[in-house]
Amino acid sequence: MNENSLGYRIHIDFILLALIFVLCLCGLIILYSASGQNIDLVYNQATKLFIALLCMILVAQVPPANLNRLSLLLYFFGVILLLLVAIFGDVGKGAQRWLDLKILRFQPSELMKIAVPIIVSSYLSSRFLPPKFLRIVLSFVFIIVPVVLIAKQPDLGTALLVAIAGFSVIFIAGLSWRYLLSVSIISALSIPSLWHFMREYQKQRVLTFLDPEKDPLGAGYHIIQSKIAIGSGGFYGKGWLNGTQSHLEFLPERSTDFIFAVLCEEFGMFGVLVILSIYSLIIFRALYIAYNAQDAFRQLLAGGITLSFFVYIFVNIGMVTGQLPVVGIPLPLISYGGTSIVTLMAGFGILMSIHTNRKFLKR
Amino acid sequence: MDLFPKDKVEFILKDRDTESALIKKRIHLSGLLILLFVTILLSRIFSLTVLENDHYTTKSKENRQKILPIAPIRGLIYSRDGVVLAENKPTYSLEVIPEKISDIDLLIEELRGIIHIGEEDIERFKKLSGKKRRFERVPLRINLSENEVALFSINRHLFSSVDVVEGFIRHYPLGEELVHSIGYVARIDESDLRNISKLDKSSSYSATTHIGKLGVEESYESYLHGEVGYQKVEVNAEGRVIRVLERIAPQSGKNLYLTINLSLQRIASESLGGRRGAIVAVDPRDGNILAFVSSPTYDPNKFSSGISAESYNSLLSSKDKPLLNRVIQGKYPPGSTIKPFLGLVALDNGISNNEEEVWCPGWFTLQGHEHRYRDWKKEGHGHTSLDKAIVQSCDVFFYNLAYELGIDRIYAGLSKFGFGEVSGVDIYGESFGLLPSREWKRNNMQQVWFPGETVILGIGQGYALTTPIQLVKATSAIATNGLMVKPRLVLGINSPGEEGLTLMSNSTENKIDVKNSLFWDEIIDSMESVVHRAGGTAWRSGLNAEYFFAGKTGTAQIIGIDQEEEYKEEDIADELKDHALFIAFAPVKKPEIAVAIIVENGGGGSKVAAPIARKMFDNYFVNRDLTSRE
Repeated sequence: MNENSLGYRIHIDFILLALIFVLCLCGLIILYSASGQNIDLVYNQATKLFIALLCMILVAQVPPANLNRLSLLLYFFGVILLLLVAIFGDVGKGAQRWLDLKILRFQPSELMKIAVPIIVSSYLSSRFLPPKFLRIVLSFVFIIVPVVLIAKQPDLGTALLVAIAGFSVIFIAGLSWRYLLSVSIISALSIPSLWHFMREYQKQRVLTFLDPEKDPLGAGYHIIQSKIAIGSGGFYGKGWLNGTQSHLEFLPERSTDFIFAVLCEEFGMFGVLVILSIYSLIIFRALYIAYNAQDAFRQLLAGGITLSFFVYIFVNIGMVTGQLPVVGIPLPLISYGGTSIVTLMAGFGILMSIHTNRKFLKR
Repeated sequence: MDLFPKDKVEFILKDRDTESALIKKRIHLSGLLILLFVTILLSRIFSLTVLENDHYTTKSKENRQKILPIAPIRGLIYSRDGVVLAENKPTYSLEVIPEKISDIDLLIEELRGIIHIGEEDIERFKKLSGKKRRFERVPLRINLSENEVALFSINRHLFSSVDVVEGFIRHYPLGEELVHSIGYVARIDESDLRNISKLDKSSSYSATTHIGKLGVEESYESYLHGEVGYQKVEVNAEGRVIRVLERIAPQSGKNLYLTINLSLQRIASESLGGRRGAIVAVDPRDGNILAFVSSPTYDPNKFSSGISAESYNSLLSSKDKPLLNRVIQGKYPPGSTIKPFLGLVALDNGISNNEEEVWCPGWFTLQGHEHRYRDWKKEGHGHTSLDKAIVQSCDVFFYNLAYELGIDRIYAGLSKFGFGEVSGVDIYGESFGLLPSREWKRNNMQQVWFPGETVILGIGQGYALTTPIQLVKATSAIATNGLMVKPRLVLGINSPGEEGLTLMSNSTENKIDVKNSLFWDEIIDSMESVVHRAGGTAWRSGLNAEYFFAGKTGTAQIIGIDQEEEYKEEDIADELKDHALFIAFAPVKKPEIAVAIIVENGGGGSKVAAPIARKMFDNYFVNRDLTSRE
């Protein structure tokens, strides 16, 4: 590869782009079946993906150094928007809609999924790593403020993702094992206080996770049905459009959070292997980019984005297979849904920018 | 500029490479962790899909249990004395699951053999099935008669993909009489769905088909809707329900009781007799709305059963704008009804007092200007005090008064009465009206404020626009010596079967402070004389009344008339004629009712609007006396 190749000039990493493209295509095929062959829904998703891809290309043009410079501004802009939502959000119906671009709706909490890893990377990389105790505490403050605001909206799923994005960066920054252990203990202890922020339905979800049979009419039903869908798929699946669980309406949230169960039912273990391979290739390409990034900020940011992308996948699949409680986290780039696609693609855009803005010494 | 500058000294001392090596170690570690977790996921899925495949395949085949949501029954709406205003009528509809049909046109053709299916039914079906998932039911025919239900039941074996579904349809027995206050329900559309999911109520609405669209049906949706129920059912391989295994009953919505006084409402709408206009009456003490008329009106029942595009378009394009809720959205120049409010603002600012008199020759000019601002009375009112100026509605006095007050003090004073602000009534969609100020003009017209604009504001002309609900709220404030109370349509709620009523708390916002509380009496006295003193602009309407009331007429000009021209009613096209306005409250001593009346293009306020108020008051007090005598 060299600095003058096409990819470097237009700041696109073709390997990553190709992998994402294949994944989106698979996603649309699954969505067509999951939505009950609603072609309008598929077109709608395709449009969203297309816009998100454009967004990715746009973000890829921003040099990483600029992100570093703008980190604080971006972060506070996001926090102020979140505060506005908190203050005015409940006034009237529809007031929480911030920027309605008809096809895509902009939520400040989505911005934070990007802004938090950027600010933490920027802050931690400004001093020598590994970070000292006080700097870790301050990074936590950067993460906790938006997380609490988002959790209060209440959007527990997104709050969790923002927290994960921030912590991923701290982990990559070389947080010592001693601290890592204490962080785990602190977060374990803070679960009761998180409980306080939860709405009734969210508490119910956690309780249901602990004992799905207890609430077979409500959320427990989701998990039971989802497991049946996955388990009945077998190795090769029942075939595209032939999933009985989804088409006879046994499986809830088929096209959004539980779309992975549709994949399992119709394409079986084989389909899962294919999709997880694509995901893994994307992740390892991204880790490669992080590994070869040219300063601490870029390394941290790239690593943080990649880790949190994996956590999304893990949490969603864990939820659908009944290993984790039901939190509303979609399967990245496959679930039907608007803003989060744009955020994900923006993250990939940052990775591409990091990779294509490297400077090589002339030999 | 770097926000977090690297510590230069530290950097010289330490090596960038060790830092990079540390991060690279962590990235390696992340890769290993990810591999580990992917393996965990894969082994979990492997055990589900391959090892336990037999178990789950059996379960999937036996999976005949389905959870179906049951829609709650929407709360009813009553008048304050228990007359049903919105109810749920049982109805049968013919519903189809598009996924199961290969040729819809053929099916319709076959169904037409037994049941009438019109073009509009097909139109609606096509529209709805485009929006829904292919395995969700879509109504093909609604409002089946019992006869049709029986006919279909006999032939049901021929149509495996068609069902008769029992449901409820919202019915408004009084139809168009109350649509502007009650609103209506209509099929949930995409923007409703977005709102519902934003409020985290998606599961609560999973079986609901209709939602409140306007009026209290919309604003009290959360009370009326109720909580969804569920039933666990056994289905056959085609998905048809065989039996119910378990059931959690839905919780019906709450019933609403409106503040509307039906007999007063009827008198008011009859008095308008289909002319364009609005009438709103409130109890000034608690803001309870007694009558709420916006004319012309339309039938809400058409909307709840799904209005055809044709009827909807004809409503939309009608010149009389029946869909416009004139009470809260109609914006009218207040005309002379602004005078008592301005009088009070002037008294409070020490600009005027009842001894001071102004000479009215029939016109007013600004110093150094030629333009004559004319009085409605060509020959003038002569020596005029504030009292006489209100009673006879002298324009020149108020031109002068407005000029002396100046726009800033007028703006501040009238703001206190709620002009230019929403009244806070408990339904959505209210207009702000317009109370102009220097700032408003600068922002909206990029111009400075001209003194002449202050002058005509004195008689409620120019930029100022009010809604009838603002006018009645401000009138109530005079009646109660300054109490600003939010008007409301809902008196209270209760649950079905519950005795008694949980009253909605009434919301007094604040009290308008004036320097001397006698100012209120002065203005009220003058408003009483408008009606009860010979020569008052509404004296005919006050003749032989068994109670005392106070009011103010207004005639709002829509077109400018040239300096020398004369306004001749018969020469002017209907839609350019003046609006007739009247505000009033009664009884003067202890006010129980305040009204604002606007008859669009009706002509003079004293001739057209004031008699309506008299009729309403007569009705109100006669009925009240009858009930108290019982």
